[in-house]
Amino acid sequence: MTAAGVPLSWYLALGGLLFMLGAAGFVFRRNIITMFMSVELMLNAANLTFVALAYRLDQVDGLVLAFFVMVVAAAEAAVGLAIILCVFRTRASLHIEEVQSLRD
Amino acid sequence: MQQLWLIPLFPLLGFLLNGVLGRRASRGIVNALAIGSVLASFLWSLKVLGALWPLEQSHLEQYFTWIQAGDVRIGYDLAVDRLTAVMLMVVTGVGLLIHIYSIGYMAAEGGYYRFFAYLNLFMFFMLTLVLAANFLLLFVGWEGVGLCSYLLIGFWFLKSSATNAANKAFIVNRIGDFGFSLAIYLIYINFGSLDFGQVFRAVAAKPVEPGLGMLTAVGLLLLVGATGKSAQIPLYVWLPDAMEGPTPVSALIHAATMVTAGVYMVARCSVIYLHAPLALETVGVIGLATAFFAATIGLTQFDIKKVFAYSTISQLGYMFLGAGTGAFGAGIYHLWTHAFFKALLFLGAGSLIHALGEQDLRKMGGLRASTPITFWTLLCAAFSISGFPFTAGFFSKDEILLAAHHHAPWMYWVGTLTAGMTAFYVFRAIFLAFYGEPRGWRHAHESPPVMTAPLVVLAVLSLGGGLAPVSRWLAPLFPAAEGHHDVGLVMISVAAGLVGMALAWWFYVARPGLAERTAKRLGTLYRVVYNKYFVDEIYQAVFLRPLVEGSRRLLWQRVDAGWIDGTVNGIGSKACAVGNALRRIQSGDIRSYAAWLLLGSLVALLGAAAAGGAR
Repeated sequence: MTAAGVPLSWYLALGGLLFMLGAAGFVFRRNIITMFMSVELMLNAANLTFVALAYRLDQVDGLVLAFFVMVVAAAEAAVGLAIILCVFRTRASLHIEEVQSLRD
Repeated sequence: MQQLWLIPLFPLLGFLLNGVLGRRASRGIVNALAIGSVLASFLWSLKVLGALWPLEQSHLEQYFTWIQAGDVRIGYDLAVDRLTAVMLMVVTGVGLLIHIYSIGYMAAEGGYYRFFAYLNLFMFFMLTLVLAANFLLLFVGWEGVGLCSYLLIGFWFLKSSATNAANKAFIVNRIGDFGFSLAIYLIYINFGSLDFGQVFRAVAAKPVEPGLGMLTAVGLLLLVGATGKSAQIPLYVWLPDAMEGPTPVSALIHAATMVTAGVYMVARCSVIYLHAPLALETVGVIGLATAFFAATIGLTQFDIKKVFAYSTISQLGYMFLGAGTGAFGAGIYHLWTHAFFKALLFLGAGSLIHALGEQDLRKMGGLRASTPITFWTLLCAAFSISGFPFTAGFFSKDEILLAAHHHAPWMYWVGTLTAGMTAFYVFRAIFLAFYGEPRGWRHAHESPPVMTAPLVVLAVLSLGGGLAPVSRWLAPLFPAAEGHHDVGLVMISVAAGLVGMALAWWFYVARPGLAERTAKRLGTLYRVVYNKYFVDEIYQAVFLRPLVEGSRRLLWQRVDAGWIDGTVNGIGSKACAVGNALRRIQSGDIRSYAAWLLLGSLVALLGAAAAGGAR
C-alpha cells in the first residue's frame, strides 16, 4: 500500500536499532522509570518487526502476535508501575542500585 | 520311650515361671519353683536310669526334626548312655544341693527371683548339653550354659568389675566356640551327619591317622572349644575373674558342672581322638601344663575364691591329662569326684564369706570355733582334693596318674608334683582361714542349716564318692585304657600329697611368718607367680592393645574419620565451594542480569549463525 517504496530491510534495521537502544538503555541507565521505558522500547521494536514481516509475507500471524505483545505490555505496565511505586514508597529512591536485597 | 525330654523341661519351666512371675511372687514360691524343678529333674533322671539299668546300650529318643534343609537333617534327639548318666547325676544332684544352699546364701540379696531363674535356665542348658545326641544340639547347650555363665557372673551388674568379668568370660569363650563350630562344619562336610552314632561309627571304620589329617584337625578344633569352656591354657584367663559372681554360681557353674563340659565333650568324642593320636597327645600335654601352672599360681593367692578358682583350672587339667593319656574313664571319674569336693570347697568358702563378708585369707584366721560345720566339711573336701587315701579324690587322681605313668613317666612325675602343690595350697587356705589368731574380724557366725546341710551331704560324698566305680562302669564305652595297678606309684603320689599338707602346716601353723620370709627370699620368682605370670598383661599387650589401638588409630581415626567421613564431608564442602562461586552471579543488580541475558542471546545467535542456521 503506502509503504511500497520502503524496503523490508529498513523496517528490520529500524526494529533492530530500537531494540538495541532499548537494551542499552536497560543496561546502562540507573533510573527505574527509564529502564522501564527501555523495556517498552524493546517490546515495540519487536512489534515493528512482527508487523513488517506480516505485511511482507502476507500472513496474519505476525499481526496477531503484535496484539498479544501490546496486551502483555499493557499488563506489564500496570504491574511494573505498581512495583515501582512500592519501591519508591519504601526506599524514597528510584535508583536501581538501591534495589539489590534479593542478592542476600 | 523314657520321656528323656522331661529332664531338661522341668528347669525350663522353673525358669519361665520364675522369670515371668517371680518378681511379684513371695520367696517361698520362688524357692518352691526353683528347687522343685531341679528336684523333679533329679528324680526323673533317677527313674529313667533305674528303668534303663544297667544301661549297656545307648538309649536314643528322637522327637522331631529340628532343622531340615536339603540333605541336612538335624533332629531334636536325646540319648542316655553311661557317660551321660554320670553327668546327669552330677548336674542334677550337685545342682540340687547348690540350689538349696543358695536359699540361705542369697537371702539378703536383691534380684532373688532373677538369680534362681538364671540358675534354672543354666540347668536346662546343661542338661540339654549332656543329653544331646548330635553335635548341634550339644552346641546349643554349650552356648546356652555360656550365656547363663555370663548372666550369673554379671549378676551384680552394678559392679563394674562383675560386668567386666562377665564380658571377659563371654568373649574368651567366643574364641573357643569359634573352634568348636569349625569342628562341627568339618565333621558335617566329611561325614554328612552330625548324629553322634553315625559320625562315631564312620570314624571307627577309618584307619588311625599317623600324622596331620582331617581327624586330627577335628580333634584339635574340638580341643580349642574345650580349652575355652573348661578353662585350659591358653584360654583359662576368664575363670579366675568369673569369681566375681555369687559363690553358689562359682560352685555350680565354674567348678562342678559347666567347666567340665569340655572334658565331657572330649570323652564323648573319644573315638575321634583315638583315631588322631596327635590331637590326643595335645589334649594330655595341655591338660598337664594347665594343671601344673594353675597349681603354682594357686600357691600364692590370698583371695579364697581365687585359690579355689586356680585349683579348679588345675583339676580340670588333670581331667584332660587323664583323657589325653587315653584314660577317658579316669578323666570322667575325676570329673565326678571333683564335682563333690570342689563344689564343697566353694560352698564352704561361700559360708565363710557369708559369715564374715570378707574373702581375703589375710583377714580371716581362727575361725574354727565360730564356724565349726564349715570347718569340718571344708577339711573333708581338702583331704579329698589332696588325694588322702580312700577319700574320693584319691581314687580318681591315682587312676589318672597311673594312666599318665603308663603313657609317659615324666607326665606322672609332673602330675605328682602338682598333687603335692594341690595339697599345699588347699591346706594353706584352710590353715590361714581357721587356725591362728583372728586377723581383723570381730564377729562371725555359722551359716543357717539350709546352707550347712548341703555342705554336710557334699562332705559325705567327697569322702565316699570315690566308692562308685565310675571308670570301671564306663569301661565298655572307652576302649580299655590298660591301667595296671602299681602300689609303689600310688604310694609316691599319696606321699606327695602328705608332704604338701605337712609343708602347709609348717609354713602357716607351726612357723607363722615363715611364708612371708620365704616369699621375700624368692623375690622376683614369687612376684611373677603372685601376679599370675603376667598372663593377663601379656594378652593385653599382645592381643588386646594391638586390636584396640589398631581399631582406634587405623580403623576409626584413619579409615572411618579420615577416609569415609572425609569423602562425605569432602563432597559437601566441594558443593559449598561451587555454590559460593556461583553465588557471585546472583548480584541482585538487575542490569547485570540483563547484560548477561543479552550476551547469552548474542552468543546463541552467533553460534546458530556459525552452525549454518542463518543462511
